[in-house]
Amino acid sequence: MADLRTNFLGVKSPNPFWLASAPPTDRKVNVERAFRAGWGGVVWKTLGEAGPPVVNVSGARYGAIHGPDRRLIAMNNIELITDRDLEINLQEIKEVKRAWADRALITSLMVPCDEKSWEDILARVEQTECDGVELNFGCPHGMSERGMGSAVGQVPEYVEMVARWCKAHTRMPVIVKLTPNITDVRQPARAAKTGGADAVSLINTINSIMNIDLDRMTPDVVIDGKGTHGGMCGPAVKPIALSMVSEIARDSVCAGLPISAIGGITTWRDAAEFIALGAGTVQVCTAAMTYGFKVVQEMVTGLADYMDSKGYATVEDFRGRAIPSITDWQYLNLNYVAKAEIDQKLCIQCGRCHIVCEDTSHQAIFARINGKRQFVVNEAECVGCNLCTLVCPVEDCITLVHKVAGVDPRTGLDYDRAPANWTAHPNNPAVHAKAAE
Amino acid sequence: MTIAANPPGASDVHPGRLDEATLKGNFADLHPLLTPHEARVEAERCYFCFDPPCQQACPTSIDIPLFIRQIAAGNRSGAATTIFDSNIMGGMCARVCPTETLCEEACVREAAEAKPVVIGQLQRYATEPTIANGKSPYARGAPTGKRVAIVGAGPAGLACAHELAIAGVDSTIFEPREKAGGLNEYGIAAYKTIDDFAAKEAAFILSIGGIEIRRGQALGREVKLEDLQRDYDAIFLGAGLGATNKLGLPRETELANVIDAVDYIARLRQAKDLSTLPIGRRVVVIGGGMTAIDAAVQSKKLGAESVTMVYRRGREQMKASAYERELAQTSGVIIRYWARPVELEGRGDTLSGVVFESGNGDGASAPAGSVFRLDADMLFLAIGQRGAPEALDGAPIEVRNGRIVVDSERRTTLEGVWAGGDCVYGGKDLTVSAVEDGKQAARSIAAVLGASRA
Repeated sequence: MADLRTNFLGVKSPNPFWLASAPPTDRKVNVERAFRAGWGGVVWKTLGEAGPPVVNVSGARYGAIHGPDRRLIAMNNIELITDRDLEINLQEIKEVKRAWADRALITSLMVPCDEKSWEDILARVEQTECDGVELNFGCPHGMSERGMGSAVGQVPEYVEMVARWCKAHTRMPVIVKLTPNITDVRQPARAAKTGGADAVSLINTINSIMNIDLDRMTPDVVIDGKGTHGGMCGPAVKPIALSMVSEIARDSVCAGLPISAIGGITTWRDAAEFIALGAGTVQVCTAAMTYGFKVVQEMVTGLADYMDSKGYATVEDFRGRAIPSITDWQYLNLNYVAKAEIDQKLCIQCGRCHIVCEDTSHQAIFARINGKRQFVVNEAECVGCNLCTLVCPVEDCITLVHKVAGVDPRTGLDYDRAPANWTAHPNNPAVHAKAAE
Repeated sequence: MTIAANPPGASDVHPGRLDEATLKGNFADLHPLLTPHEARVEAERCYFCFDPPCQQACPTSIDIPLFIRQIAAGNRSGAATTIFDSNIMGGMCARVCPTETLCEEACVREAAEAKPVVIGQLQRYATEPTIANGKSPYARGAPTGKRVAIVGAGPAGLACAHELAIAGVDSTIFEPREKAGGLNEYGIAAYKTIDDFAAKEAAFILSIGGIEIRRGQALGREVKLEDLQRDYDAIFLGAGLGATNKLGLPRETELANVIDAVDYIARLRQAKDLSTLPIGRRVVVIGGGMTAIDAAVQSKKLGAESVTMVYRRGREQMKASAYERELAQTSGVIIRYWARPVELEGRGDTLSGVVFESGNGDGASAPAGSVFRLDADMLFLAIGQRGAPEALDGAPIEVRNGRIVVDSERRTTLEGVWAGGDCVYGGKDLTVSAVEDGKQAARSIAAVLGASRA
């Protein structure tokens, strides 16, 4: 049986599944329920500075988009950081950590952008004996209007500055949580590293308005007739998170910076994908908010079974293994040829492959053979784009087949040619410029 | 038809075998209307196929993927219009079409997983509110001054009249019966068209205007073809079929409780109170088509203790689909194949049993040539209807096997006369085919009369 224990910045947890800083981790009662269900760790919902707590709206704070069967595809929220008194939170964090020593307990923080505020809150949090802190530079709604959250995360200089303050004022590990509402996520990640942060976690939620109510002409989630953008999460954001995690994992400046991955993780497979991109732990929120804490049991067993099937004894055995396969477009082998192939035994004759190729791509799938409805790839036109395999409703009916022998009827070139990428391609102007030198 | 309620010891035929609540339950909607959520989930199963096989399988060529996608996107009235564009009787067809041998059989999900998209139920979901609203979504065309005589207010006639109205051609429908709708009103099983739906749909179609119905007018009787030729610019014949076939056995017409299934179903459909309808304790139905199934299933629903349907040939030859057979069997009807009636037994002048001889089919029911007897308090004959060419009064219209021959535009061999529905040769005897006939004939008529659809 695979060993799922993780050690992230010296913080140990029985499995890599942590609950992200969010509504499910706002109070002791929730967190203890989560631990009982089997979660390996928790990032306590973001604490603010001492004094009167923030005030949330008393009405809809979540929105969503659904699939046809009401499956939740994405959710968003306009909830602020914890609206409970700081002292209560600190007391509960202390109690929970004492009762659950084997679980990771990180405290998320967001205070105004001055050193004193951070120094003060860190001193208070240390007294709880929690395992570390996560700096919330990510929330895109509400707090960002007050100069916190993503307003900090979008300015690399601020990220570096606050990270530096925190490292100066605490012995605890410091994780910087990044916002995806930025052009190049490597910039704040590099800043965090430069500032001395021990790790980054990403992604926080994405600026979003989920739907417009066409009868009321307002967002569909409104407070007294008005709405505002929220932060989006859930299955739909996973591809964005995977890409951002990969960018940091591949970045030479960020090399070795531990990553706690967040973004649409719903099953063990999602988690394994992030681990393959280098994540040391994963954080989950929407799946728990959709199904309850029990979902972790599927994640834990699924990950263990996968690792057993692959012979990975620990998470470290496959962590980061997919990173080398991700590169820049210019390094892709332009002499590699794949073409679609339709398994006629599996084909149910819906014709979607044909019509999408005909209308929107390369006119490379015949709809009739000898006057009879049949869908067959025309290799003389197929560029192997993969659209047909994606729209085909039957799994494995259309596959891309690597062509290794013979001549490509589309280009007249041999299939079997030495790999060559754009950097050396005759059509690349840079190649000519270099030759002229 | 003679139905005799006999004293005990003789045959057992009674009304009110079941109490009102049970009857109400038995004759409730076969498939309740989908909820919006069910409809959306089901609609999302549609693959929106290229050159859709379902549409090709539909006699009226409804753009099924489009209307289903409109449902999925929350545009129910748009979905209805897509359906009505091809089939103004899309509401009834959604209820009575043998979808399992038409669109749903062609659905690629049938090939993929033996679970087609339930196109019929989605079509009903789409059309329901528009028909309930009672108003045709189409505007009557600008008047052309042309007038067409339509014989029969069944699906073919109504579809023809509606299509003509869109083209600005007025029509007069000559109908022998009290109500419009034809077999929708008098034929189809009650549990497929509850709440007086046939009448509501007819009213919905007529709401376009420009359509007059003259009741009590049968062709060849109250109205003659030559009169229509004189008074109208064109004629459409959609009178359906005539008399039902007989077994040709002795005492068939004398014995009480030997009943024409078509007549009985019409009576059932028009009954205000089903508990007043006499039904036998032991019922035998002869035939293998939809009428036989409808008679058998409804007998069971009325409280018959045993219902046996006997068909002279095998399962494969049966006109009723596998789905309909299953419906009959799960309703408690026993189906026997490869047997033909050879003798009707009576006690006095009342039916008491039917003797059958097994054919040389699959031998499953009985060895070929063997004879068996079924006790019967009531016998329904559902062995087909003949055409009624005598109504044409010898007009030079080609008729084959008693049915009118038409071309692809539904023109008969007599200029100015079109025909459609069950009365034409080679038809499928389906509501949906009749609607297509009426629509195509109307388009052909409009073209000839120089009126075109707006």
